Amino acid sequence: MSTGPTTTPATDPGIGAKLFLAWAFVGIPLLWGVILTCINAAKLFQ
Amino acid sequence: MATNFLDRSRSVAGPGFSRWLVPPAALCIHLCIGEAYAFSVFNKPLAQLLCAAQSACPPATAKVVSTTPGDWTIPELGWIFSVAIVVLGLSAALFGRWVERVGPRQSMFVAAICFAAGFFVSALGVSAHQLWLIYLGYGVIGGIGLGIGYISPVSTLIKWFPDRPGLATGTAIMGFGGAALIASPLSVLLMKSFSSATSNGVASTFLVLGVLYLIWMLVGSMIVRIPPAGWAPAGYVVPTTSHGLITARQVLRAQALRTPQFYLLWFVLFLNVTAGIGVLSQASLMIQDVLGVSVAAAAGFVGLLSLFNMGGRIFWASMSDFLGRKSTYVIFFVVGAILYALTPTLGNAHNIVLFVLAYCIVLTFYGGGFATVPAYLRDLFGTVEVGAIHGVLLTAWSAAGVAGPVLLNYIRQYEINSGVPKADAYGVTMYLMAILLVIGLLCNLAIRPVADRYYMPAGAEVPA
Repeated sequence: MSTGPTTTPATDPGIGAKLFLAWAFVGIPLLWGVILTCINAAKLFQ
Repeated sequence: MATNFLDRSRSVAGPGFSRWLVPPAALCIHLCIGEAYAFSVFNKPLAQLLCAAQSACPPATAKVVSTTPGDWTIPELGWIFSVAIVVLGLSAALFGRWVERVGPRQSMFVAAICFAAGFFVSALGVSAHQLWLIYLGYGVIGGIGLGIGYISPVSTLIKWFPDRPGLATGTAIMGFGGAALIASPLSVLLMKSFSSATSNGVASTFLVLGVLYLIWMLVGSMIVRIPPAGWAPAGYVVPTTSHGLITARQVLRAQALRTPQFYLLWFVLFLNVTAGIGVLSQASLMIQDVLGVSVAAAAGFVGLLSLFNMGGRIFWASMSDFLGRKSTYVIFFVVGAILYALTPTLGNAHNIVLFVLAYCIVLTFYGGGFATVPAYLRDLFGTVEVGAIHGVLLTAWSAAGVAGPVLLNYIRQYEINSGVPKADAYGVTMYLMAILLVIGLLCNLAIRPVADRYYMPAGAEVPA
């Protein structure tokens, strides 16, 4: 067994903002779709 | 030069890059191309193009979609999705090694161009009322975008997350399952806003979707990075010995295709997808026939299945990192077969909650099967050409995409023609699906570690 030879050091101060933006870019539309689906699915049990 | 920006060498991650930026990049692709699952929302509007132009479409409650001569029929339109899924599998198989060679950025870029071009050509087909242009556009050109886009981020994710390959690929492939949740309401919204007295707005909707998906997918191709040579996550210990089905060595695509493991896994995926896709294609009709629910409630049921299809992808793929791939598929097949065999009884008992719950769980297995298979391939064949091997394996999806719905439709129609009431016509099919899953279980149990002769020799270079 050997350990991983290198890791990319976290030196980018804006990485937190980049991560937030990237996940929001895909997460917000997905959340919109999930909410609409749940609303429609509720009709099944009414 | 723009081409340089797309080169593999230009997409190597620099210092400070977080590997958690790669899953959203992959989601940018999969949340777009998974739109294919929502394409059925266009079936009725596409079948009413001429009657809409003459303001002569039958009311929504009528049994026929259109009486205007020249309007396309629903079975003719059903081929658009089938062609796209078949081309997806073929292009993934054909371009798998190219995707590995050029890297994720260039392949995602090409996928974006093809997928968007598919919409643009289809918009032209709608405007000119030429169905062959839609087969060519959405089916063939868009299908190539689907195939390349589907496999583009998979091996990159596996390389960034050697410690959690199931979680990583599950996150991306979850997007393919979840895309319909966005595409379906968005398409309806766009068609509504573009409709006029003489048009139902399909052509304009295709154009707008093409532009939106192009932008979204290009953003993904800009974000994605490949890890530097020799990179590993902090604290991760690179295994140097194989244990169980998980190899520490590498198998090239050409060699992988000679192993029994590849074909067993092909049947595992084929049988799991056949069972799930058959149900998905008939879900709305089935719950109306069996439980007598309204069309709106049936649409809610289909949406719920999509939600569980999506959730199953991330849940089961992540769980497979702890349970092992083989054990995860054992759960899919054993519990899935039991649930399929139970659903006719639950339907006859009119137990809506248990009936819906059974299908929702089954759909998590369907989605989980897709999302877990890249990690299964990585376990068996290593990482070096996992994307290319995955591409060939996706031909199982193409085959299942045709076999599942045909099998379910044919048996249901045979039963009805034989005098079986509509509500009972699904029973035989569900028992058959259970049998398919038992065969899948046997294939899965037969998978053993790859024999030594198929591995690359230690220190050998990967051929370009």
